[in-house]
Order: sequence, then structure tokens, then C-alpha cells
Amino acid sequence: MKIKNIAIVGSLESNDVMITIEPLENKLEIIIESIVYDQFNEEIKKAVQDVCDELEVKQAKIKVNDRGALECTIKARMEAAIIRGKGEIL
Amino acid sequence: MISLKRTMLFIPGNNPSMLMNSIVFGSDCVIFDLEDAVSEKQKDAARILVRNGLKTLDFENTEVFVRINDISTKYWKNDLEEVMKGKINSILLPKTESPKSVKEAEKYIEELEKKYNIEKQITIMPLLETALGIENAFQIAKSSERIEGLFLGAEDLTADLGAKRTKEGKEILYSRSRVVTAAKAAKILAIDTPFTDVDDDEGLVKDTIFAKEIGFDGKASISPRHVDIINKIFMPSKEEIIYAHKVIDAIEKAEEEGKGVVSLEGKMIDAPIVNRARKVLLVLNKSRGVM
Amino acid sequence: MSKIVKTFKEVFKLCGLKNGMTISFHHHMRNGDYVLNNVISQLDECGFRDIKIAPSAVFPIHEPLIEYIKKGVVTSIDTNYMSGSVAEFISLGEMEQPVKFRSHGGRPKAMEDGEIKVDVAFVAAPSSDKMGNINGVLGSSACGSLGYAFSDVEHAKSVVAVTDYLVDYPNPYISIDETKVDYVVPVSKIGDSAKIVSGTTKITRDPVGLTIAKNAASVIEKSGLLKNGFSFQTGAGGASLAAAYYLKKVMLEKNIQGSFGMGGITKYFVDFLNEGFFKTLMDVQCFDLDAVKSIKENPNHIEISASLYANPNSKSCVVDNLDIVILGATEIDTNFNVNVHTDSNGMIIGGSGGHSDTAAGSKLCIIVTPLIRARLPIIVDKVTTISTPGNTIDVLVTERGIAVNPNRKELKNKLIDEGLKVLDIQEMQNIAQKITGKPKRARLSHKIVGEVIYRDGNIIDTIKAVNKR
Repeated sequence: MKIKNIAIVGSLESNDVMITIEPLENKLEIIIESIVYDQFNEEIKKAVQDVCDELEVKQAKIKVNDRGALECTIKARMEAAIIRGKGEIL
Repeated sequence: MISLKRTMLFIPGNNPSMLMNSIVFGSDCVIFDLEDAVSEKQKDAARILVRNGLKTLDFENTEVFVRINDISTKYWKNDLEEVMKGKINSILLPKTESPKSVKEAEKYIEELEKKYNIEKQITIMPLLETALGIENAFQIAKSSERIEGLFLGAEDLTADLGAKRTKEGKEILYSRSRVVTAAKAAKILAIDTPFTDVDDDEGLVKDTIFAKEIGFDGKASISPRHVDIINKIFMPSKEEIIYAHKVIDAIEKAEEEGKGVVSLEGKMIDAPIVNRARKVLLVLNKSRGVM
Repeated sequence: MSKIVKTFKEVFKLCGLKNGMTISFHHHMRNGDYVLNNVISQLDECGFRDIKIAPSAVFPIHEPLIEYIKKGVVTSIDTNYMSGSVAEFISLGEMEQPVKFRSHGGRPKAMEDGEIKVDVAFVAAPSSDKMGNINGVLGSSACGSLGYAFSDVEHAKSVVAVTDYLVDYPNPYISIDETKVDYVVPVSKIGDSAKIVSGTTKITRDPVGLTIAKNAASVIEKSGLLKNGFSFQTGAGGASLAAAYYLKKVMLEKNIQGSFGMGGITKYFVDFLNEGFFKTLMDVQCFDLDAVKSIKENPNHIEISASLYANPNSKSCVVDNLDIVILGATEIDTNFNVNVHTDSNGMIIGGSGGHSDTAAGSKLCIIVTPLIRARLPIIVDKVTTISTPGNTIDVLVTERGIAVNPNRKELKNKLIDEGLKVLDIQEMQNIAQKITGKPKRARLSHKIVGEVIYRDGNIIDTIKAVNKR
């Protein structure tokens, strides 16, 4: 399934993450910014990638602005962003 | 099952920080709110966030409720489907007005329990917050085996009544009594509406003492700061605690001696008395652990 | 006779100030201080280089220092606390000489021992007469206590009072008297006293912070130390202040009156005094204008010097009679060592101040902190920087439980008996990591940018530069 729309989910509150997803041809680009980058960058990347794999997103640009979100929050925000980006209504 | 519901703390459904910290405030129950605390545009994000939190976080001894959107909305089925994938004890069903709406929710809950092989039955707590809901309180209380209590919501109710919501609460006196009476007639719990002024501790104390005096078993809270005060007021009294110890001692002694019938101070002890005693001691134990 | 000197240029000459010398400042104007920036810029104009500075603290307002460090005007810093862009600059390894970080009690000791040799002390004086009788309570820049300046005027070769409120001789209030002061330099403004209030001096409304505060008050209540005549200090952080608020409730309930409250003094402590919860306030610096007003008007609100506060060289000091102190932490390790110098990325964000002094002196030292901040577990295997050694810390209080230092077995058992949720510190670390995942340690460079000097004068840790990203 393709990402058709720009979608933004989450916030910049502490413990949250703001995910911006937009259409992109032929590749998956993930940009991560985080206040806990040194401590958790690999975990954040993996959480984002996992959700992309699970929901079969292979082409998109994803910006992650993380304010110390737990893994379950990152995955939730990603999932909601992808659903919105695909134009599905849940 | 003996359950403790002195305090039921609302946690906004789209707030990751509160989700992570929901159990640290010492309430007996938390209610993740997908209804009023979440704007129309964030219903999808909140539902997914709460589901993920329910799947991964450890809620220890805290009972977990979710307030889904009411069954007249397009959201409630999706809400249920997602949150039932997580660890959850009960559903708070807003704007319940008749046995029919309980049955409709129950039917879908049953489908989901089958679909996801959920063994432990989740319970339902109807939220009565309309004039019709109050008038149908007893029928609603008896409408399903899953119902463990009635929950009074005074904000929407007073709007529906055309009454002015006041701190004194004269305008909800009838509804409070009606809900307590209906719940007790159906042998289930009655939970009082939250006190909404976050900064008025004195008002909270008054309102909570009154709720306890007229028979409520617990009270909802919209602020973590209210939890301690409500917990304290719904603590069992010294007399209750002493009596509860006596009951349990008598039961244990009777079991050792192989007696079927137990009496204490010349009075028969039946199951409700035993359950009550267990609950009292559980409250006591729990409140020692909670700072 | 008069000691008034019109310009800094003149006063530099009169003091015999030369390249390579050390000058000192006190920080009671906090983030509203103009004196340090002013003096350094004048030094630069006069062509001075290689000046060593010993301010008791450095704040965001001192950002111009960065340029003077780059220019070589300032080459060394000896201080007790540092925040804002200077701290960031130091953390990035931009200064040659490592910053010496001391404690509030360690600084006067270092002056006595000659480890800090001050050539000229510049004293921001909210009011002074022509002979240098000064106080902190009069004038539009009143900042209250001048506690940290006492050791400077005692030990510096020359003392310059810088004032924006010259009063007729003799000054009706005398805090530091003319026997210590060489020159008085009038300026238009020594600072903005509204900015002595920092953002951290308000009671938190964050529910997690309040929960921690409540738990801390419970620990105090059950510790056995809460009785008539007890003494108490708390930091100005939101959760610490909230703990004081809950403590007040308990004191009221149990009808307990304390002897003294100490520290940086806030409105909350002033209320404590006025409402009779404590008999005396011992004030080494005022954190807000209510405190400034109170120290002027209330004879039971007493100005104390840093030496009297916490100097381990003194024949005695007040921290040794302190019963209970509540302090913060950016990190605490499983040996109870506490970091207040750097954040989890290794960036300098503060300093000891009186942290290690009060921890060492008090009977009960409580650290309050959330178990998890953003996604970071605050309990770590090893703190990035040791500010305060673990053997002086007694209890850690978080929103999810409390940990008692194993060397306080009796206290631990007491709190358990009282029904508090006492856990092992490792257990609490596990709870946090289960929620957050295990963080990697921030990678720091090898360059040493700071030395943490304990109150006894020994270096207990070094601060490494953070890597630029």
C-alpha cells in the first residue's frame, strides 16, 4: 500500500513523539531526531522500521521528532501515521 | 471476585506520559478515556496508543478500565476491538440509557472474546449520565451478568436535566440516591461522579464523605491529586477492620475444625459477610503498600 | 574620607591588578547579575589577559564570558555551579583549563587554605555608603543575603564594592562592614533583582512531581526525625518545594514546630517562619523577593556566610546540625552516588552548590527524582559525574517507591514497618528499565573540561567534554 497523504501524529510533549509521514517514490527514508538519541537511537530506528515492515510500507519519507517516547508510544504513533497516510479511516 | 474501587482515576487516552505513569498515583482503578478527553480528530491515534500501552505496560495491582465512545458513535466498535487486545479488566460504557445498549455492547464484546480467544471475561460498568439512564438504573444494573457496578456521571446529567451543576450537589441528590439504591438492589457497586474543582480539597472532602455516607462504594477522580483524599475517606473504619479480622479468624477456625456453618458472636456468617471482610482487609493491605 | 572610585579602570590600577591574577564574584543577583559581565568587559578594554575568575556561580546571563574566554581575557574558572550557554561552551571542550567545581562549603575552605588566592574581590552591593559598609537589603537591586561574599572579602587582597545605591554614611544596615572594603565603585545598575527568581522556585503542578513530594513527606514523617526542634533544608526545585508543602500539612496535623529552616530561601520558607512552623531561617541566599523582604524585616530571618553554612574547616558549621535535607539529582547510581553537575548526555547543567555539604552534614538526606525522565531511567549503573558520594545519601524517593541506602539498615526497617513501599535500588532500576529499555551510555570525549572538588578539597571526579554532533 502506498502513502498518499502527508500525515502528522503525536506531539512534542515529554514522553511523546511527533511522526510526519509523506509520500516518496522508490525508497523509505527515515529521519530521526531525539532528546535521547545517544541512549536509544537504535531502538527508535528499529521500532519505526518494524511498524513499516508490519504494515508493508516501503516507500515513504518519515520524520521522527522524539521527546523520549516509550517504544509502545513510538509504534502507536507510527501505526496511526501510516493509517492516516494511506487515507484509511479507522 | 473481590475488587477494590475506592478510586477510579481518569487518564486522558492520548497522553503518553500519563499513560506511562497512570499507576503511580495510588488509585484502585484507572480509566483510560477515549471519549471526552480525546478530540474527534485524535480518536484513531488515542485508541492505538491506549491499545499499545495496555499490551506492554505493567499495571501491577491496578484495575484497568477503558471508557470507549458511546454506542451511538462510529467509534465504539473500533475502540473495543483495539483495547480488548490489551490487558483490560472492564469497559466503562458512557451514556448508557437502557438494557438494550448494554446488550448491544455485550454482544460485540462476546464476539471479540471469541475472535481473540480471550479467556478472562471482561466486565462492564454502565455510566449513567442522562435522565433516562437514571430512571432505568435498576433494569440496566440487571441487564447483564458482566455488570459489576453503576457509575454516576453528573456533568452530562445536569445538562440533560437542565439543572445547574453546583459544588453542593443538591441537583443530583435524587440521581445519586437512585443509582445507589438500584446498584444495591442488584447487589453490585455504586461509583460516584468525580469532583471537578482540582484546587478545592475541602470541597472534595465534603463531597466524598457525603457520597460514602449515602452508600457509594467509591468515587471517580479526574485529578491524580484527588486520589489520596478519596482513598482515605473510603478506608474502612476501625470497627469494620476489627470485625473483619474476627470474621476471617472465625472462618479459618471453622475450616480447621471442619465445620460447615460458621457463627460469630452468636450470629451466622454468610458469604456476603465474608466477602465484605476480605475486601476490608484487602483495602487495608493495599493502602499500607501505597504511600 | 571616602573610598569612592569613579571608574573600574582606576580601581584596577589602585588594586594593582595584573595579567594572571584572580578575581572573585558572588552570585546573589543570580540570573540578574550585571557586575561580572561589566567588570570583565572593562578588563578587556584595559587590555588585561589571562585573568582567572572565581565566581560562586555562573548563570545564563553570563553568556558574554564565552567571547572573553575565546579572546584570552579569562583563562580559568573556579565556581560552585554553572548553567546556560557558558556551561554548554565548557562542555563542548572549548576552554583550555578545566573548570574547578567546588561546593558552597568547599569554596571558603579553599580560600582559607590558599587554594583559591583572590587578588581582587568584586562585591555586587545593593547598597553601600562611601566607606563600604554594605548590605543586600536596600536599594532597587536588593537581593537579600550576601552569604557567599563573606569569604571573598575576608581573604581577597583587595575588595571592591560595586553599588547602584549609595547611601549616607553610615549605612543603617551593615552586612559586610568597611573594615573589609578597599574601594567603592558606583555604577548605574548592578543587576535586575526580579531575575534572582529562577524558574525552579515554584511548586510543581506536575502530578508525578507531587506524588514524589508526598512520598518524601511520608519518609520524613516516618523517619523518627520529625519532632519539635527539628531542622530542615530543601532545594528550590519544584518537587522539593512541593515536599515542603506536604511536610507543612504533617507538621500542622501533629502540632510540630521546627527549630530552623536553611538554604536558599524562598517564599515557602518565609511562610514557614511567619506561620510559626520554624523559629529561625538561616539564609545564605535569597531565591525570591519575598525572601529579600523578610530578611530585611524579620529578625528571626538571619543572614549566614557560606563558612557558617557549610565550611568543613570551621570549628563548626550549621549543616552539621541539620536534621533533614531534600535534594535533587539528574542521575543516581546503584551505589547512591548522585550527579547534579551533568545531564545524561554529559552536558554541564549545574553543580554541587550546597548539595554535597548538606548531604554530608544532615542526619537524613533524601534525594527526590522521578524514576524515569522522558525515556531515561534516572537510576544508572554508574553516574556520569559524581557530585555527591553515595555514602552521604540516605534515601531515594521516586513516584514508584523508595530505596534506602544499605548502610542505613535501621532506617530501612523503620520505613518498611511503617508500611512505606521500600524497594532495593537495583529493583527500582529494573522496574524503570523494563518500561524504558536499557539506555546506552552517552559517549564522551577524553578531554577533561571540569574537576569536581569535594568539600574536603579532594578531586572526586572529572567532567569530560561531550562530542559535538
